[in-house]
Amino acid sequence: MSYLLSATCAVPAVGAVVTAALPAGTGEARRRTTKAVALAVSVATLGLAAAVAASFEPGGARYQLTESYSWIRSFGIDFALGADGIGTALVLLTAVLVPLVMLAGWHDADPAAAEGSFESKRRTQGFFALILAVEAMVLVSFLATDVFVFYVFFEAMLIPMYFLIGGFGDRAGGPDAARQRSYAAVKFLLYNLLGGLVMLAAVIGLYVVAADQGQATFGLPALTDAISSGKLVIDPTAQRALFLGFFFAFAVKAPMWPLHTWLPNAMGESTAGTAVLITAVVDKVGTFAMLRFCLGLFPDASKTFAPAILVLSLIGIVYGALVAIGQKDIKRLVAYASISHFGFIIMGIFAMTSQGQSGATLYMVNHGISTAAWMLVAGFLISRRGSRLIADYGGVQKVAPVLAGTFLIGGLATLSLPGLAPFVSEFLVLVGTFTRYPVIGVIATFGIVLAALYALMLYQRTMTGPVKESVTGMPDLKARELAVVAPLVALTLLLGVYPQPLTRMVNPAVDDTLSQVHRTDPAPVHPVAANGGEQK
Amino acid sequence: MNSLIPLLVAAPLAGAALLLLGGRALDRFGHWIATALAALSCAFGLVLFFDMLGRDTEHRAVTERLFSWIPVGGFRADVSFQLDQLSIVFVLLITGVGTLIHLYSVGYMAHDERRRRFFAYLNLFLAAMLILVLADNYLLLYVGWEGVGLASYLLIGFWQHKPSAATAAKKAFIVNRVGDMGLSIAIMLMFAEFGSFAFRPVFSAAGDASEGKLTAIALMLLLAACGKSAQVPLQSWLGDAMEGPTPVSALIHAATMVTAGVYLITRSASIFNLAPDAQTAVVVVGAVTLLFGAIVGCAKDDIKKALAGSTMSQIGYMIMAAGLGPIGYAFAIMHLVTHGFFKAGLFLGAGSVMHGMNDEVNMRHYGGLRKYMPWTFATFMAGYLAIIGFPFLSGFFSKDKIIEAALAKGGTEGWILGTCALVGAAVTAFYMTRVVLLTFFGEKRWQPDAEGHRPHPHESPRTMVIPMVVLTFGSLFAGGLFSLGDSFLHFLEPVTGHEEGHAPLSAFAVSAIATVCMAAGVGLAWLKYGRKPVPVQAPRGSLLTRAARRDLLQDDFNHAVLVRPGSALAATLVFFDSKGLDGFVNGLAAAIGGLSGRLRRIQTGYVRTYALSMFGGTLVLVASTLLMRSV
Repeated sequence: MSYLLSATCAVPAVGAVVTAALPAGTGEARRRTTKAVALAVSVATLGLAAAVAASFEPGGARYQLTESYSWIRSFGIDFALGADGIGTALVLLTAVLVPLVMLAGWHDADPAAAEGSFESKRRTQGFFALILAVEAMVLVSFLATDVFVFYVFFEAMLIPMYFLIGGFGDRAGGPDAARQRSYAAVKFLLYNLLGGLVMLAAVIGLYVVAADQGQATFGLPALTDAISSGKLVIDPTAQRALFLGFFFAFAVKAPMWPLHTWLPNAMGESTAGTAVLITAVVDKVGTFAMLRFCLGLFPDASKTFAPAILVLSLIGIVYGALVAIGQKDIKRLVAYASISHFGFIIMGIFAMTSQGQSGATLYMVNHGISTAAWMLVAGFLISRRGSRLIADYGGVQKVAPVLAGTFLIGGLATLSLPGLAPFVSEFLVLVGTFTRYPVIGVIATFGIVLAALYALMLYQRTMTGPVKESVTGMPDLKARELAVVAPLVALTLLLGVYPQPLTRMVNPAVDDTLSQVHRTDPAPVHPVAANGGEQK
Repeated sequence: MNSLIPLLVAAPLAGAALLLLGGRALDRFGHWIATALAALSCAFGLVLFFDMLGRDTEHRAVTERLFSWIPVGGFRADVSFQLDQLSIVFVLLITGVGTLIHLYSVGYMAHDERRRRFFAYLNLFLAAMLILVLADNYLLLYVGWEGVGLASYLLIGFWQHKPSAATAAKKAFIVNRVGDMGLSIAIMLMFAEFGSFAFRPVFSAAGDASEGKLTAIALMLLLAACGKSAQVPLQSWLGDAMEGPTPVSALIHAATMVTAGVYLITRSASIFNLAPDAQTAVVVVGAVTLLFGAIVGCAKDDIKKALAGSTMSQIGYMIMAAGLGPIGYAFAIMHLVTHGFFKAGLFLGAGSVMHGMNDEVNMRHYGGLRKYMPWTFATFMAGYLAIIGFPFLSGFFSKDKIIEAALAKGGTEGWILGTCALVGAAVTAFYMTRVVLLTFFGEKRWQPDAEGHRPHPHESPRTMVIPMVVLTFGSLFAGGLFSLGDSFLHFLEPVTGHEEGHAPLSAFAVSAIATVCMAAGVGLAWLKYGRKPVPVQAPRGSLLTRAARRDLLQDDFNHAVLVRPGSALAATLVFFDSKGLDGFVNGLAAAIGGLSGRLRRIQTGYVRTYALSMFGGTLVLVASTLLMRSV
């Protein structure tokens, strides 16, 4: 048995504890040590994640590098981990983003003169420890092959996230920023807690049904095998109820329209780094879990609800984009753009075609990278001027051309420009939806026009035109900030031109998922022979 | 030899990357690197062209597959290039005119502090445009398609500090995106129908599909073409695009990118030929646009906008020809190439005039410039005579062929289209004569610029004059050369197919009528602008003139029908999201979670909240477990 997966999860977890326990104090040297330790831990985690990806064999078993430790024996709960192609892709995404988020938020937890009284001495330690804690929990969620273990970590990550949102703002809010922030944090917690509790009921319900039929286990591979071999038959009503229980939790976290309203608050009030953590990493657990748990455990119910879910995600695509167009706040605009993108991801999953689901998985990765680039540069911009309002900016490209240029690249990635990574995934989702649901696919295509509108309007209003007095003398990106953006831009280009490392990894897992729900791709009406073009 | 094909694209792409990443160090000579790489790409193109000529007709098309791009299930997109007779024509046009315009820009942009960036974008444009015409499948074509859109966006908005430039750039991108939606849907339709979107498999299987499906695909491709080629109803961006530096207008918004729609339709001939209803839509779009652009061109006082109207109109001719099917494809491309020469030349001439006149664009403030800029005047005159179809110059040959093909369509339709084309020819002669008279003839109406500097018109530097002179040769002789023994037609025929139309009039009669139309246009313009002095202030004008100055109210229409309702919808949804939906879900969450009271009150004590919701959750949990037991 290899210990690679547990090590990948344990390193950030232990790192979080160590970081939190580092000597407190507000001195610059102390803070720097804390940051260096946390960053080193996240880089080590990235190394381990890379090792996971390197040892993963695309043609091999669905779950690889598996580990299992008995946990609660009487309920058949094992601490079981296993990497499949989809999970591995998201583990990589998480491991790549966390160091960059830390680097971007290097000074976000420094004591600011303005925030006096409630300034804790352990502020810096706390901030970086919380990020590592979130990373550890997210990694376990992507790797858990035990439903109960997944549930525990899915829920537990709310706690560090709550403190990250509520405790660390971007210092750009108005006079009642603290109040707004705590509102956002509580809203985040309540929504997700509610979803989680419903899911807990369903998790227990699933166990009860399985145990009744002699399958007293929470092990995901065992359960899906029993389901597909007919050893475990969940009757349709129960299956639908359980599906909805799971799906509700994931739809809140994803977030899917109309359960999305916590996201703009949470992303708007927190630091740019935390906002990236939310939308690019934590939310992905929701869509990932739809693909792995909802489809694998409740294939028939998934098919029953698919059309309804597709309609909701379609509404989300258009609605999110339209509301983004109407935003006055940069970070809330990015949040609504994400809501639109989550619509695409969920649509791809429930179209139940290989293009749709591979596209959705790639979408999770690509959205993570591109939104991180866009949001973090937005954060750099906001930190320079101390305002989130679009109207406070104008003409930035004249004074800070590199900042403006990278912000444009982030926007272009968000609007899925061909050649950049998000195009690959968005087109796959569209085509995968279209082959089964042509009308929905065509309507979703309007999303590409709307995306161009919000992305380019934001660029135009903030970066072009005459230089506003409020931005004169604004410094361009610093070396640290460039180090954050450069890898993201490079990845966006690389995965846009050569997405094969990802598709090779993801495709087999998607094919397996599709066979679990007994779905095959719709055949072309008049297929051309594979080499039809060559014989001429 | 085929391995040169990727290098065609790689050279300018490397230039763009180098110039963008290279930083200030390259400020002094970066533009020469870009120009050299454009010329290198052009040299590769020439080598490949002569190599192609050395082979017999069946073996001229070659494919160079690089790697598998997106493989998922039955979905296979490759990065794979195809060089055939149609693409090599474009390659030579793009790299040839492209190199000349790089050279011209060395002079034109000499005093711009962001010159390096400008050349990076120009190189990026070349690379994207080459991908567009070399792709062997629609998805890779899409990459080039939006890539040129990006380059166009960056270059229209190159002077971003001007709000008008930034707005124009965004407008161009958004309107093009509407067209791109068409291309997306067309690819999805192809994939659902054939399981492929690569040219050869799709074209060979097109016959199996129903006419309805083919019509749908063709109409979506037409939508894409309308966006990129500024055809009605997606024409509104082109006039505003003149905000970009003039070399950009010449290269992208006259000679190459805007003709991509013509390429798309011609390339997809196998689909359009089987979808007659879609072809009718194509000719209607072409005919309407050729008149629309010509009318707008008559009313504009801004020299670049007058030329932009003309571009729109000339592409209308090409689109119409492409819609005629096999009787028109080759002529559409031939006009595309000759137009590339003379319109690029005209724009460069306009740029040269602006260069000498303190960036003045209003032709009412020109006049009598022929003595001050003789080279510009001479080359502009060559382009002028070519575009109005002066006998035996380039435009004469290519435009007459289209008029003949339109008449050969037969029946009432043929007469209508032929008449449109002839009327268009007359109007073309009118507005182009107007441009020439206002700019180079008559008295000086020069005005001081905003800072009070009086213009001192002078001839432009050599880097600018040489490209104009080279393009002049194309304007004068290309059409004649192409028509010698129908060589251009025979070269393209294996790709586009060709049918001889049966025009109700002889070729000679058509030429005679077209020449009379042209003369009428020239005469009318002379009566109006040559014989009597031109007022510096534009007169109020007739209702049509005023409408044409406002681009026949295109923006007013779009604003009323799309923009205003769109913003209202967005505003409504923003309100609904924060008040209606949020309130509803909050209420629901509070109710289900067993939480009394509203969020605002709860936020004070998070521990209590947590406990409460745990309690509520446990209730839900117990209840559902009991429920499951009983099921």
